[in-house]
Amino acid sequence: MTANGNPRTLFEKIWGAHTVRDQSDDTPAVLYIDLHLVHEVTSPQAFSTLRERGLAVRRPDLTIGTMDHSTPTTPRNELGIIPVADALAAKQLDVFSKNCDDYGIPMYALGGEHQGIVHVIGPEKGLTQPGMTIVCGDSHTSTHGAFGALAFGIGTSEVGHVLATQTLLQNKPKTMAVNVEGRLGDGVTAKDIILAIIAKIGIGGGTGHVFEYRGEAIRGLSMEGRMTVCNMSIEGGARAGMVAPDDSAFEYISGRRHAPSGADWDAAVKRWRELPTDDGAIFDQEITIRADELSPMITYGTNPGMGMPISAAVPMPDDEADYNKKTALEKALNYMELAPGQKLLGKTIDVVFIGSCTNSRISDLRQAADFLRGRKVADGVRMMVVPGSQPVKRQAESEGLDEIFRAAGAEWREAGCSMCIAMNGDQLQPGQYAVSTSNRNFEGRQGKGGRTFLASPLTAVASAIAGVVADPRAMMSSTL
Amino acid sequence: MDKLSHIEGSIVAIPVNDIDTDQIIPARFLKVTDKAGLGKAAFCDWRYLEDGETPNPKFILNNAAYQEASVLVAGDNFGCGSSREHAPWALMGAGFKAVISTDFADIFRNNALKNGLLPIIVDRDTQQQLFSLAEEDPSTSVRVDVEAQTLTLPDGRAVDFPLDGFSKYCLLNGVDQLGYLLALDEETQRFEARNPQRVVTTA
Ligand code: SF4
Repeated sequence: MTANGNPRTLFEKIWGAHTVRDQSDDTPAVLYIDLHLVHEVTSPQAFSTLRERGLAVRRPDLTIGTMDHSTPTTPRNELGIIPVADALAAKQLDVFSKNCDDYGIPMYALGGEHQGIVHVIGPEKGLTQPGMTIVCGDSHTSTHGAFGALAFGIGTSEVGHVLATQTLLQNKPKTMAVNVEGRLGDGVTAKDIILAIIAKIGIGGGTGHVFEYRGEAIRGLSMEGRMTVCNMSIEGGARAGMVAPDDSAFEYISGRRHAPSGADWDAAVKRWRELPTDDGAIFDQEITIRADELSPMITYGTNPGMGMPISAAVPMPDDEADYNKKTALEKALNYMELAPGQKLLGKTIDVVFIGSCTNSRISDLRQAADFLRGRKVADGVRMMVVPGSQPVKRQAESEGLDEIFRAAGAEWREAGCSMCIAMNGDQLQPGQYAVSTSNRNFEGRQGKGGRTFLASPLTAVASAIAGVVADPRAMMSSTL
Repeated sequence: MDKLSHIEGSIVAIPVNDIDTDQIIPARFLKVTDKAGLGKAAFCDWRYLEDGETPNPKFILNNAAYQEASVLVAGDNFGCGSSREHAPWALMGAGFKAVISTDFADIFRNNALKNGLLPIIVDRDTQQQLFSLAEEDPSTSVRVDVEAQTLTLPDGRAVDFPLDGFSKYCLLNGVDQLGYLLALDEETQRFEARNPQRVVTTA
């Protein structure tokens, strides 16, 4: 549907439907927030502000809490409890629990039936729905955009703003159409699409923009694949990434705990069908990549933009004309202890991490387990599999995936962010190399001195089996 | 938030592109429940040796000549990565009042402005000039006029920088944005009445 007859983008429709007050020369727009996700790490100082000012949480019924970032993923004790050994983390979790209690915010506690990574549980519970505005004190909130929601990360001051007023001051971002044409080849996944996009535009390439992922390859992805793509929008500099909602989205939502039902469902679907970008709507920028030309991708450097097809060679700093970029590349290769022109294929690795809000959903675990079935993790490689949520963990166990992982020699852990952010003791040792399905390869991100190659779950499993960086396609063809 | 109208201070340069929030403040320091004390952990993994305590003599912030610096000059795309507001808290805790770069990640810029840490966007030439000046003479200082939106270099050249009107108003008057939003309560209520349909988490 168009307002004033002008074709509008998905983003513009959601933005327009949520402005409490329009942007003016003097003030940013005031946006209403439909869903606010909170977790233990970025919220305590916001709750302190509320207490200092004697403010209430305006809409606890539009707010949900979960414990994920600093929580251990180690096994439960005989009482079924996951013990928290780190005193600071324990205190932070206690404070979070008390804050949610005091302000009437529903919260999924560590080890509880619904607990998990904040961006896994929103969609899982059916809380994430098309057309909504969703925020969280976490930059990967962009994940929820897979459902055609406008979802973005905010800082702790803004967490306080939303708790107290359910609104946010925002300058209107620009839009970028990211077209992914053609079809993915075997062994190439959603993760490879987004790593290729970021390698193309650079980690600052999307600054100030909201991405809308479009094209045949995106339409062909499952909802979980779309979440993987939207998740890493922030690694391209965009605060939000979106995909127009379609039947795949509606099917995924249908029947979930917070999904509408009966006549409400029909009315909701009718509304949601109005959301996709109108023909002729203008984006501020547009880029196109071809899915059929993609290989499995891997990063070689210390930011997610430093990525390449898995069989390529690490670039040469001397080929870089821009001085700042040249020194950045030199610094990255120095940290990674890689030589210019070196190939990563065959590079010995120490750890494989399957998890994080990018790739810890049931389809990721199924894909990884399928590949690993009847095979073994190479000697000397530690492989950790960390489900995104307790429901994902239960589902995987009911399908026997945990047995496959264990039989292959991998660790099967409790749900949480784990080695994606290395706050909970799950971390690399200095100098270790890891192939990780998470989203950030910054220096020390997965443990001080640790070195991360970001890749898809398929590439991670292939590398775990081989003990070196490996192309999943080479191994897959041997079983086909 | 304190009022911020002028900054006059010496500069220190970290000429590295894409300095991410994990470098500004590593995640293991995020287990805090307040904002205090993070200054010591700013750039921790660059600033200290393996033991996490002994200052790395090669890192510029440990150089005695730059101890008074209050303006950080950085490579392109500063503050990319996570939404942690601990990043500006740590920088301010380490004594910085402004950061100069050619570009800032969106969330970092928002977070910084909400805390009175000024992100100053300059062109590449100015950035490179500041890198050289800082290296040549640690006492090099700059002046910032928030009202005029100018950064004045030691040679007297004033460079304009962008700053949205609302953030500027908040900085100059020491106003935080929560007060503004709270005052809009009636408008927000009207919006809620017009748009009653919501997904309720407590259901
Ligand atoms: S899994 Fe990693 S990226 Fe995702 S929310 Fe947790 S820490 Fe952030």
